[in-house]
Amino acid sequence: MSVEKRVYFKSAWLPWLLMAPQVAVIAVFFFWPAAQALVQSLQEQDAFGLNVNWVGLDNFKTLLSDSAYLESFQTTAVFSLLVATLGIGLSLMLAVFADRIVRAALLYRTMLIVPYAVAPAVAGVLWVFMFSPSIGVVSYALSHSLGFEWNHLLNSGHAMALIVTAAVWKQISYNFLFFLAGMQSIPKSLIEAAAMDGARPWRRFWTIQFPLLSPTTFFLLVINMVYAFFDTFAIIDATTHGGPGRDTVILVYKVYQDGFKGGDLGGSAAQSVILMLVVIGLTVFQFRYIEKKVQY
Amino acid sequence: MVERRPLLDMLAHAIMVVGVLIVAFPLYLAFVASTHTARDILQVPMPLLPGSHLWDNYVAALTGHGGGAGSNAPVARMMWVSLVTALVITFGKISISLLSAFALVYFRFPLRGFFFWAIFVTLMLPVEVRISPTYKVVSDLGMLNSYAGLTVPLIASATATFLFRQFFLTVPDELLEAARMDGAGPMRFFKDILLPLSKTSIAALFVIQFIYGWNQYLWPLLATTSESMYPVVVGIKMMVAGGDSGNEWNIVMATAIMAMLPPAIVVVLMQRWFIKGLVDTEK
Amino acid sequence: MASISLRNVFKRYGTGSKAVAVIHGVNAEIAHGEFIVIVGPSGCGKSTLLRMVAGLEEITGGEIAINDRVVNHIEPSERDIAMVFQNYALYPHMNVFDNMAYGLKIAKVPMDEIKARVDKAARILEIGPFMQRKPRELSGGQRQRVAMGRAIVRQPQVFLFDEPLSNLDAKLRAQTRLEIQKLHRELGITSLFVTHDQVEAMTLAQRMIVMNAGVMEQFGTPEDVYTRPATTFVAGFIGSPPMNLLKNAPDAQSGTITGVRPEHFDITPTGWALTVEAVEMLGAERLVYGRWSHSQSDELVIIRTDESHAVPALGATLHVTPRADRIHHFDAATGRRLPTP
Repeated sequence: MSVEKRVYFKSAWLPWLLMAPQVAVIAVFFFWPAAQALVQSLQEQDAFGLNVNWVGLDNFKTLLSDSAYLESFQTTAVFSLLVATLGIGLSLMLAVFADRIVRAALLYRTMLIVPYAVAPAVAGVLWVFMFSPSIGVVSYALSHSLGFEWNHLLNSGHAMALIVTAAVWKQISYNFLFFLAGMQSIPKSLIEAAAMDGARPWRRFWTIQFPLLSPTTFFLLVINMVYAFFDTFAIIDATTHGGPGRDTVILVYKVYQDGFKGGDLGGSAAQSVILMLVVIGLTVFQFRYIEKKVQY
Repeated sequence: MVERRPLLDMLAHAIMVVGVLIVAFPLYLAFVASTHTARDILQVPMPLLPGSHLWDNYVAALTGHGGGAGSNAPVARMMWVSLVTALVITFGKISISLLSAFALVYFRFPLRGFFFWAIFVTLMLPVEVRISPTYKVVSDLGMLNSYAGLTVPLIASATATFLFRQFFLTVPDELLEAARMDGAGPMRFFKDILLPLSKTSIAALFVIQFIYGWNQYLWPLLATTSESMYPVVVGIKMMVAGGDSGNEWNIVMATAIMAMLPPAIVVVLMQRWFIKGLVDTEK
Repeated sequence: MASISLRNVFKRYGTGSKAVAVIHGVNAEIAHGEFIVIVGPSGCGKSTLLRMVAGLEEITGGEIAINDRVVNHIEPSERDIAMVFQNYALYPHMNVFDNMAYGLKIAKVPMDEIKARVDKAARILEIGPFMQRKPRELSGGQRQRVAMGRAIVRQPQVFLFDEPLSNLDAKLRAQTRLEIQKLHRELGITSLFVTHDQVEAMTLAQRMIVMNAGVMEQFGTPEDVYTRPATTFVAGFIGSPPMNLLKNAPDAQSGTITGVRPEHFDITPTGWALTVEAVEMLGAERLVYGRWSHSQSDELVIIRTDESHAVPALGATLHVTPRADRIHHFDAATGRRLPTP
């Protein structure tokens, strides 16, 4: 803990009492299950949990040689990268232009916030409705005006595009809010000085505003990554169900499929453990290496 | 604005309008679809202007008389489940987090650092990562298909504690010193001074947690098997099980609109505090 | 009204070999009703000392007693003291009345008594019209008065002031200084006032504690501190411009420093010779900067003079004589004052 209060209360028992509810809840519903996931990953159980064998790292070995599992790694990487870059890029652009506007600013902002309130599951349903190969309005428009036949049920590229679009659509609001606030906290004097130095808006953006937004960008990078890994489960479940075949199965979706639909508790637990390590690793990586480039 | 560049301003407005249109289009379409009959929608392309069946569709959805190939659970019940779940998660999380953050910031006690990191770790790993064992714990405690099972495991992440902690660190030390000189003990200080100052953060967290709770999908999917305990976002997915032509899309869209309303209302009404609290405590 | 005793007070941060001592054994006896100023440069430990009296910092060694009651382990609210903070520390969400009444409400004082005390304080400080306003609607000076009002209503035995004037502009500072003096005359409550400004110290103090790096260098009246400074630090700290501390004066002896205040030099036809380097014209008075003619040292000497003498030319030689009863001698090694022979 880097920051401390200079003055504090002295009491031997009160802080324990205050922390008790939270500690109890996270002990029972976070740490205990997380520990169990670790244990289960080293075991093999039958579907009823009657026979339990210790298999050590076998589950992990099986996974790492399973092509389906490795594919889902790749799928997850592609998906998260697309969601994060598009999500951050588009919302940054919107925030930059929104910053220039004074009139109707509140109206635009209100309208752009609404997707934040939409559940990922509902977003999935909306987009699959629009892009349904048979009755969707957008797929109809694509085939009748561009001759482009959309079918995400058969074409895995289309399927990926669909889930990326739905995920980005939802996340734009959140990113937009943060970028807008970040832009508005840049002192006007800096921009005015640059303008007097002869810098035009495009140059001003890249040399002054973008670097000063780097803490916000970094923060959103971390948040968007976690979002792409986990919150998008509902989108996939509502649209492609991981299909066609296995082409849109991201890691967390596979954990669900194998554990709950497939009954493979050991394998699913091992996947959970690997997923935990990946997320922790990515977070540490981001904090160690990327944060260095952030200018506070 | 630094210089007058009317072209750039017009471009800015144009981009904003396009952005809003793209963002709003799915919602608009859903609304239109909820006002037609199922047959109208299946006639490709569906009409782009609202129809006349708004009342019929919404009533059918609420009472569960959809008639589609997927689930036909009454949406009214599901909206109620969602509401209770979201509110319990919101109030539960905010209250225990306020107390924990208060303890972490304003007291010194052994293992304080340990508890801080333990709480911080929960931020990184949402429930999706530990679904199987959490399911087992909840099942063992007999909490499946209950409001408790839907809510308590989701209170176990520390986003709110972390945000409150960041906020409490910005409260000037002198206020605490003045309060101590005035004779205020810790809980008195908490109630009379810290809480009123935290109003904006609490409002922001209310919005965030309400939406978080309302929009939960994976956990309720696992923790409930009975239709009467489905929250509406799970219910809506169950409705689209019938394949494109088997679904009653008008009912599905009516449900979608209703599912979106409460969170949207909360966000729009509390916009000002929400944005302020969210962004101020990010640092 | 109460007496305050500081007996061998020590303050250390950390423990064992990594401990940092910030207060090194302060001893002082303060009588009933005295207005004491603790003055010194930033980081000298004056605020720490005040906060130890307040109970906001632990006392690592020694004792602090208020009215002969040792308060080392007693909570701030039970020491019968009140404090005025540098940044006012007003509760932002409460109006002025509630800010002033808060401590009394906690002490379960009956409401009409609270109203009576608040009204009385408001009258003395002239903040009556602001009772319903919130702190953010008040100016800095008004907030400071509310902070003082909050202290007054508690009717404490001791007032503690932690650099209360530092955040005010110069004019307001002078005005508030007079108000604090007036307050002390009316209420007569024992007061400890911390500041880094020696002008505030000289004008407000009945006695002052001059602190440097955690050590109490002198404890005396403004007159004492000005005419008989105990160390070179005190000599150089009090007075503006500061006392000349000279190693190479014509009367120098090895191992001693001669101290003469700029205002205690007379310009004479003969005497100590200076080469004039600069002159600052300040209206009624002038400051002349020179270096010794008799020595190679580049010691700067400051002379204060007035209109009665012609303005010396740059580079000219000026003769000055210090007033005999205003020459001080200090030990060069310890900085301590040497008794006049």
